[in-house]
Amino acid sequence: MQKVFVPSLTKRSYRTIWLVILVLLSFSLFMLNLLLGSVSIPVEDIFKIIIGSNIENESWSFIILKSRLPQTITAMLAGAGLAVGGLQMQTLFRNPLAGPSILGISSGAGLGVAIVLMFAGKIGGVALSGFGLAGHLSVAAAAFAGAMVVLMLVLFLSRHIKDNAVLLIVGIMVGYAASALVGILKFYSMREDVHAYVIWGLGSFSTVNWSQMKILFPVVILGLTGSFFLVKPLNVMLLGEQYAGNLGVNIRISKFLIILITGLLTATITAFCGPIAFLGLAVPHLTKGLLRTSDHKILLPAVIFFGCAVALFSNLIARMPGFEGGLPINAVTSIIGAPVVLSVILRRRNFRKAGF
Amino acid sequence: MSLNSLPLISTKDLAIGYKNPKRGRHVLHSDINVKLNAGEFACLLGPNGSGKSTLLHTLCGFIPALGGDVFIGDSPVTSISNKEMSRLVSVVLTERIEVANMTVFDLVSLGRSPYTGFFGQMKSRDVKKVKEAIAAVGLNDFEDRPLTQMSDGERQKALIAKALVQETPMIVLDEPTAFLDLPSRIELMNLLRKLSHERNKGILLSTHDLDLALQMADKIWLLAKGKKIESGTPEDLVLTNEFRRFFEREGILFDNSTGQFTVDKRNLKSIRVIGKGIEYKWVSRALARKGFEASDNSYSDIEVEIRSDGTPEYLVTGPSGKTHKLRTIEDLLEQIDQENNS
Repeated sequence: MQKVFVPSLTKRSYRTIWLVILVLLSFSLFMLNLLLGSVSIPVEDIFKIIIGSNIENESWSFIILKSRLPQTITAMLAGAGLAVGGLQMQTLFRNPLAGPSILGISSGAGLGVAIVLMFAGKIGGVALSGFGLAGHLSVAAAAFAGAMVVLMLVLFLSRHIKDNAVLLIVGIMVGYAASALVGILKFYSMREDVHAYVIWGLGSFSTVNWSQMKILFPVVILGLTGSFFLVKPLNVMLLGEQYAGNLGVNIRISKFLIILITGLLTATITAFCGPIAFLGLAVPHLTKGLLRTSDHKILLPAVIFFGCAVALFSNLIARMPGFEGGLPINAVTSIIGAPVVLSVILRRRNFRKAGF
Repeated sequence: MSLNSLPLISTKDLAIGYKNPKRGRHVLHSDINVKLNAGEFACLLGPNGSGKSTLLHTLCGFIPALGGDVFIGDSPVTSISNKEMSRLVSVVLTERIEVANMTVFDLVSLGRSPYTGFFGQMKSRDVKKVKEAIAAVGLNDFEDRPLTQMSDGERQKALIAKALVQETPMIVLDEPTAFLDLPSRIELMNLLRKLSHERNKGILLSTHDLDLALQMADKIWLLAKGKKIESGTPEDLVLTNEFRRFFEREGILFDNSTGQFTVDKRNLKSIRVIGKGIEYKWVSRALARKGFEASDNSYSDIEVEIRSDGTPEYLVTGPSGKTHKLRTIEDLLEQIDQENNS
């Protein structure tokens, strides 16, 4: 209890210290992700490969550039993007259980993938999963299309539904409906296609190649940058829409932008990496517990680096010797995340308060 | 717009209520003509469901009027943008604010939002104003206290500080005393009255605290279902019987001479009470609650004599002529019950 009442100056430096720690943590995990793997490559060679100078061992450079580097960057982008989406949803809905998937967007992506995977099998008579890279690209496109349809629906509804709680229920119901359709599709599909869908649903950072990165990278960076422009409306919205309106914030536009940014981030990340569970819900919680602030000026950067760190850490675990990249990312994020969040919540009883 | 010499808020034939796309318009009140001046502390009184919140929300432009006009200064509220409005009227709403990790300083800082830049960064001038407002509501030592660890009264004060740093000529509060205990209510009302007089702000609040409003308000607005809104100084409302008429519901009687509400009990039985001073007053009150009227009438069945030198003693003589000597009013009432039933 007493710890909470630290004077403001030490509080500020306390937050700065944590921010620095998070940045350093992300950076070291970034390096570890490049360093660790089934083939051991010396650190100085990794640096040489990244800055583009030639080294004699071509397979090393291939491993770093074609596998470890894109995977690491994907993990960072996904971690940061989903965490920011989660933070924005928790603030918009003033509900600690909100996450980036709360609007039904990832369910929409799932439905898109299911339609493509399973209909392709039905109509073409062949399992799309057999097509390798081309197959994967169409899966990402389908996921993105599905997510976008739901996002458009939610954006449209958000302009007409005044009550945020109703909007929340709409998102959840859209999610249920999409899952039901997926279930029906699964029932009538070939075993290989269902398996491919299950694999997609387990999530992975390793399926993004450089040409896909050209889409993922700019969209996530755009979304993260955009979220910084919403710092003021997000802070004011903690008090609820009426107070926010009375403080001169344009609620309609702010709400639209918040949903748009979260939607774009979630749709793109889910399209390429599959529905990554838990990260978007857990990271904002952990960050708020750590920094003890409700100010989005501090929370946003912290959440970005924390998201990076958690995703990178999960990726490391998934690649631990013995698993060799075979462990699904979703299993890792949930297994690490659930106990951590539980312990935070049980220690702090004000879980039910908005903004937590 | 100019706010000099004009009322801060005025309404012209205002109709309030709700529009529902399916059920159509639901008008709660119409022909509302009220005004709030600078430096005026006004209380809006009315029973639950009479439309107090609806009126306040309409005045602030949160919900559209169903007819007539609301003027802020001389411009109709519909012509004022969200941004301009944030510098004219600040609000404190009924909803409890419970944001984890948010401190008093954080909350009050949000009140500077209409003046801060794109990212909401405060300048040292803003910080000074925030600290000054926190001190003005008497929360000096609470700056870094999280809202979740404060009492309801302290949280309301923090919200008032938020309204103060918004530097609006008007503050509108929707039932700010609703969750508070009596001392906090009095403290809060006093604070608001002081702020309105010292800083020349127009403060309008809705409340259920009739007694407090009657004592402290410069103006009272009376709102009841199916009646025209009445406004004026509390004293005028009493003398013109508006108050009495307003509360003319079964069993509730507004006593014009004492300014108090009494529960109207017909066929009062009188009891002769002999005594004086403070004990006399409180014994009469206790008897009134039981449905007896204290009188000098020597013909009543029961007689109470108060001996107030030293420890008070109450002597009750019933119809049988037997006298009981009692030490507390509780015992006295019990004895009277017995005598009355026998």
